[in-house]
Amino acid sequence: MTSRLWQLGFASRFFIAIFLYSGTSFRRFQLTLREVFFSGVMSLIIIMVSGLFVGMVLGLQGYDTLQRYGSAEALGILVALSLVRELGPVVAALLFASRAGSAITAEIGLMKATEQLSAMEMMAVNPIARVVAPRFWGGVISMPLLAALFSAMGIFGGYLVGVVLIGVDEGSFWSQMQATVDFREDIVNGIIKSFVFGVIVSWVAVFEGYDAEPTAEGVSGATTRTVVTSSLAILAADFVLTALMFRGV
Amino acid sequence: MNRTALDLWVGFFVAIGLAAVLFLALKVGNLSASSSGETYALQAKFDNIGGLKVRSAVKSSGVVVGRVAHIDYDSANYVAVVSMQMDARYKFPRDTFATINTSGLLGDQFIGFEVGGESEMLKAGESIKKTQSAVVLEKLISQFMFNQASDSKDKK
Repeated sequence: MTSRLWQLGFASRFFIAIFLYSGTSFRRFQLTLREVFFSGVMSLIIIMVSGLFVGMVLGLQGYDTLQRYGSAEALGILVALSLVRELGPVVAALLFASRAGSAITAEIGLMKATEQLSAMEMMAVNPIARVVAPRFWGGVISMPLLAALFSAMGIFGGYLVGVVLIGVDEGSFWSQMQATVDFREDIVNGIIKSFVFGVIVSWVAVFEGYDAEPTAEGVSGATTRTVVTSSLAILAADFVLTALMFRGV
Repeated sequence: MNRTALDLWVGFFVAIGLAAVLFLALKVGNLSASSSGETYALQAKFDNIGGLKVRSAVKSSGVVVGRVAHIDYDSANYVAVVSMQMDARYKFPRDTFATINTSGLLGDQFIGFEVGGESEMLKAGESIKKTQSAVVLEKLISQFMFNQASDSKDKK
């Protein structure tokens, strides 16, 4: 218990340290760009394919339920709202945590285990500024874009199943969706959510890597902890954010 | 600083990410429809607004001409006061009749304008005099059922 508190305190201090030393990651933007490549571009395939399938499943299930009430035309609303508000940010963040977060932890943990971080300090290079902050910002930049892509692919998947395959009327699919989905209420809130999730995942990933025991087991344990902790944190934060954003008004 | 393949990939990633946001905003959301141009405020008092909500549509001849901005309660007269943001392109006569309608049987409620014949137009901040409250479906059904019951009694 005490060690948990200890870790939480260290993590908070680490979070502030990232902000203090993130000047380098913007002055030498190439460093951050490299991390956007590794965490963002490399996650493209998994995000887009799973977005497509989640949307297709939503299309099938939604149609099955809605047609019982004779309102299959509302399929567009169902698919768009559930993706933009919830599934897009949350599922994309969960995938991002397991695809990119674990990689970041393993990388930093291994750097620590092979004493590369200490070597940097010996050369008066701050490892937080040089290694940690660019990875953090790379994740924070990538996450909202990935979530938006997930939602867009999902809506396309819902369209494929609903309109092309089942034959829901195309006009009402899109027009009802446009009439109901509000830009500020739904889309911007979804983007804010994915941004918060990006901060959470990146923070947990770099912290677990930095805090890893410098052994083989230590790194593997840290990688596991990254996925578990950030997934739980995403779901908990999602509840809090949803409660703040959509109070049924 | 050299341009690398990495830059190209990151550029590609950011471009399709932004394209996705744009798609969500324009094709999925109502950003293109709301046209967020000039608006003016109108008010209307209703005895009962039913399920009308903030951001519900204001329609005339079925065309969206404004949105409900906020809904207040006038505790002096015990009526609901609905403030509307109207599109500045459209003006309405002073004797316009505001009703609360439902789209379809169970759809969203909206304010419908039935345009009057007066030549003077409503100005910003003015109040619509003639209004009709929301139709409460339960009341209608119970009225219908009571009528049926009394009818069948009469026949006997």
